[in-house]
Amino acid sequence: MLPLLIGLVFAAVMQLVVKPNIGDYPAKLVLDIGIAISLAVSLTMVNGFTGQFSMGHAGFLAVGGYAAGIVTYYGSQRIWGDRATHGGILSGRPLAIDPATLPLVGHGDWLFLAALVVGGLVAALLGFLVGLPSLRLKGDYLAIVTLGFGEIVRVMIQQTNATLKPQDIAWEEVYPALPRPAGVEAVASYAFDVIDPATKLGRTVYQAVSDTPAWDVLTHVGGSLGFTGIPKYTSLFWVYIVASITIFAAFRLKQSTFGRAFLSIREDEVAAEAMGVNTTRYKVWAFVISAFFAGVAGGLFAHTLGVGLSAETAGFLKSFDIIIMVVLGGLGSISGAVIAAVVVTVLPEALRDIPQYRLIIYALALILIMIFRPKGLLGTHEIWDRAVWKRVRRRGGSEPGKAKGGSSP
Amino acid sequence: MLEVRDVSVSYGAIKALHGVSLTVEQGQIVTLIGCNGAGKSTTLRAISGLVKPSAGSIHFEGKPVSRMPPHEIVRLGVVQAPEGRGIFSNMTVRENIDLGAFTRSDKHAIAADREKAMELFPRLRERISQNAGTLSGGEQQMLAIARALMARPRLLLLDEPSLGLAPQIVQTIFKIIRELNAPPPRGAGTTILLVEQNAHMALNIAHHAYVLEVGAITMQGPAAQLAASDEVRKAYLGGR
Ligand SMILES: Nc1ncnc2c1ncn2[C@@H]1O[C@H](COP(=O)(O)OP(=O)(O)OP(=O)(O)O)[C@@H](O)[C@H]1O
Ligand SMILES: [Mg+2]
Repeated sequence: MLPLLIGLVFAAVMQLVVKPNIGDYPAKLVLDIGIAISLAVSLTMVNGFTGQFSMGHAGFLAVGGYAAGIVTYYGSQRIWGDRATHGGILSGRPLAIDPATLPLVGHGDWLFLAALVVGGLVAALLGFLVGLPSLRLKGDYLAIVTLGFGEIVRVMIQQTNATLKPQDIAWEEVYPALPRPAGVEAVASYAFDVIDPATKLGRTVYQAVSDTPAWDVLTHVGGSLGFTGIPKYTSLFWVYIVASITIFAAFRLKQSTFGRAFLSIREDEVAAEAMGVNTTRYKVWAFVISAFFAGVAGGLFAHTLGVGLSAETAGFLKSFDIIIMVVLGGLGSISGAVIAAVVVTVLPEALRDIPQYRLIIYALALILIMIFRPKGLLGTHEIWDRAVWKRVRRRGGSEPGKAKGGSSP
Repeated sequence: MLEVRDVSVSYGAIKALHGVSLTVEQGQIVTLIGCNGAGKSTTLRAISGLVKPSAGSIHFEGKPVSRMPPHEIVRLGVVQAPEGRGIFSNMTVRENIDLGAFTRSDKHAIAADREKAMELFPRLRERISQNAGTLSGGEQQMLAIARALMARPRLLLLDEPSLGLAPQIVQTIFKIIRELNAPPPRGAGTTILLVEQNAHMALNIAHHAYVLEVGAITMQGPAAQLAASDEVRKAYLGGR
């Protein structure tokens, strides 16, 4: 519990003390870093701990983002009749409100928290559905299937409908059969396009926002135009509390018997099975847990100012970014993933003036890493492990972490 | 205790076992000897559920196990120290040993068993927080056996525990195998199925022996009797 408390304080300090003192642009960068950390550490749970190479992590990111977006976009509309943020100081103060009267945590923050959890759960469910069949595959096959999964999510998002925006529609149009109450002129309603079964022609019907059940809005997330208008709750506080929880969960996992089962699968799947580890089950669990945190990070991403949530969020390029972080940091190293998340997020900003070289420098950095540190910056170790420092000190000597077992004749 | 009946195993087009039958009685050491590629490891893998037989049946204490997944077979008490050891090289010795007890949740008994394993292999105690991948071959073999013991096996399957080890360490390992098998006051009374290239030593400690040749059992009998037979002496004990 103590580490979580520290995380809470750290996140609050980031929002209340650090943010006001560093300016908007660095603050946005720090926020991106925090989300990247959550993504990299969550992918580490699959690719690093169990050694399964998943390449569709952005699929979970996008699904979590869309699910969370639906909760706040349509939930906000239903509760407050608008899509503004209703958060407190911790989720960034809305300019219009007098700071003195603003609470630390607003009602909107609870909605946002619920949205993050929903995003995580939906992604986790998908992780289960994807994991179950595909984790019977190994190596390249798994990589290809998970890559395909990300693309499927991308295409499916493109097929969704436009976002529903409420309009004020005359009472008679919405409720033709009901007498109009005195003083009511119009009703806030969503417009739905339906096909009339009799005439086979399309027409628009209006349904009051308060009458629209949740499942009717599920597919209205913007299609190829992207999901716009999501209230922007994401703040440094939220980002770093999620990052802290993700890191904490990863460490607990790594040290628990449960997580040891993950690691044993990475080390030697047959031996793990021979020790009584139900490898298929644990691989699916790894996928589910990892997808959950990716989904939560997706929720953060969706509610970030200046971010356009679109089908491309699920695309291969985004997955690739996260994989680079995990591979760069060392498959299985949590601190390595964190460091790499910082580097990979800051690097493009540092190269802002020469964007055309970004991918080249990426590729070059990767090749260099693979040549000089084939196991990533930290290998499977953490930054404070003695083995890491011994290796740094004795460069060129034998690498203790590198020796593989069973090498006798 | 263990009944293997007419078991056949294929790897794709390669048929590794054709109709192998063998029995292991409770409390015995049974050895399975044979040349390279005879199918010894395949037999153990089939018993552990790591490969599925295409024909035949395997019963452990009367229960059919040939369709069970390996992790459930471990829970019945059939534990293997696999060929090539299969240790988790990026984990410490301690973590390896603890993973051996993966199917158990009795913390105190696990700690006691860990202590027992250390007494059996004092070398492992010295290396307890070292990465298993950095152990010597002999130490890795000790670790593989210690790890298997942590599951409290009722039937322990050992696949060439002496492979690639110096004669002195081989002696130690065989001494430990005999101790494990000894009835309770002295040892654990563990039943052992031992696969070995070193036929001489294996026949020396075993009660019963089977000879496997290209996927089929060609000879069997009390170990002493087999050790005395001409064919076995010619083929596996270096003639004379
Ligand atoms: N995974 C596999 N795929 C294909 N063929 C295999 C596989 N494993 C074993 N074989 C083949 O099955 C046969 C029996 O192999 P097995 O490993 O059981 O032999 P062994 O008796 O244990 O030999 P050794 O003493 O060398 O360990 C061999 O011909 C081998 O080439
Ligand atoms: Mg073998």
